[in-house]
Amino acid sequence: MRPYTEIYFPVVVQIIIAIAVAAGMVGGSFLLGKKVRNRVKDTPYESGMQPVGSARERFSVKFYLVAMIFILFDIEAMFLYPWAVVYRELKLFAFVEMLVFVVLILSGFFYIWKKGALDWAPESDKKTEPKPLPAEASIATILNRH
Amino acid sequence: MTSPYPILAILGILVVVMTLAAGLIWLERRLLALWQDRYGPNRVGPFGLLQVLADMIKIFFKEDWIPPFADKVVFVIAPAIIVGTVLMSFAVLPIAPGIIVSDLNIGLLFILGMSSIGVYSVVLAGWASDNKYSLLGGLRAAAQMLSYEVFMGLALMGVVLLAGSFQLSEIVSAQRRVWFVVPQFAGFILFLIAGVAETRRLPFDLPEAESELIAGFHSEYSGMKFGLFFVGEYLGVILISSLITILFFGGWMGPVLPPIIWFVLKMMFFICFFILLRAALPRPRFDQLMSWGWKVMLPLALANLLITGAVALAWG
Repeated sequence: MRPYTEIYFPVVVQIIIAIAVAAGMVGGSFLLGKKVRNRVKDTPYESGMQPVGSARERFSVKFYLVAMIFILFDIEAMFLYPWAVVYRELKLFAFVEMLVFVVLILSGFFYIWKKGALDWAPESDKKTEPKPLPAEASIATILNRH
Repeated sequence: MTSPYPILAILGILVVVMTLAAGLIWLERRLLALWQDRYGPNRVGPFGLLQVLADMIKIFFKEDWIPPFADKVVFVIAPAIIVGTVLMSFAVLPIAPGIIVSDLNIGLLFILGMSSIGVYSVVLAGWASDNKYSLLGGLRAAAQMLSYEVFMGLALMGVVLLAGSFQLSEIVSAQRRVWFVVPQFAGFILFLIAGVAETRRLPFDLPEAESELIAGFHSEYSGMKFGLFFVGEYLGVILISSLITILFFGGWMGPVLPPIIWFVLKMMFFICFFILLRAALPRPRFDQLMSWGWKVMLPLALANLLITGAVALAWG
């Protein structure tokens, strides 16, 4: 077994060079490019509309839910990594152990599935049909009125 | 089996990979043009090859604009993260016997870890821009990449189980008799789909989605910082294609031709496949993408793992 320093030294060097390449590209264009500023250019891009307010608003709770489910399942997946490496040595014992573990994961998985945590749009949203517009509100009548 | 001259290997691999990433921009435009029945870039130099060089020079001299409303430090760091992490991942890839920077015994874990850090790049870019499109793109990128990362690792456990190691060179030598694509075909398909989602290529490019989010997380980026996202995407395609080659298609192994030629041939095949996907497939809706990942791919990945385990047990 070679010492760890010898194995990981090239990796550290590669990490340093990778950072240097990325920094060099950003820095190089910073030095080379010209700079012109004006008021209109310094507004957020919104397809030509006047931006209203900041973008840092509250956003859908769905994204937090995905993050939470991810943490649970990724940690559970983590337990499978060492299992896969020693599987050949432990044989039947490893298989039964993992069967129990996966059944536990899957029962939790189907629970959150049934709870609707994996549905992006809630079930109640899908069932309501979009209301048809009243006849007088059709585009043609609106255009005629003006 | 680490190369005797690590510095030489590092510089060699980095120069080749960066050149290849730049070349891929040309290759993608030409191939897309071919499949869409038009010419693509063909004026600058032979076959339009110098177009890449011209674009590089142009993009370096573009204005380096940092929005006054953005979180400036994060805004500058975000694009560097994606290029940095992907370049780091190349440290553990065995290209051919002796051509590897460092043959870590946890090589596969190192790559999975680096790809997790890569997620930060798009999320931070979307957040720092303080633009509504960018924020939506960044959030979508986070949700998508996290969801597909769960079974990306699980899909590879079948390969690890068969090879009994995380060391990439050992996984390659374990395929001496039969490529892992045969016993692990389901794992290969799962990993391919997860790989496309991780690099945010079509049909999984919802974080960018030009037609609805303009450019998603990089709406506010210009000049070389935009270029870095671009290069990062192509570096990601090279990385995933190399990984598929190493894990499922016997890496450098093949008859007659020298090992490195075999590796490049197999890798180029998958790179072209990635480009064909872009030419052939439309973009799904975001809720379809998420439920596909969680409700179909994750149970399949677990089932694949259990079946692989059972078969490995039965055959001894």
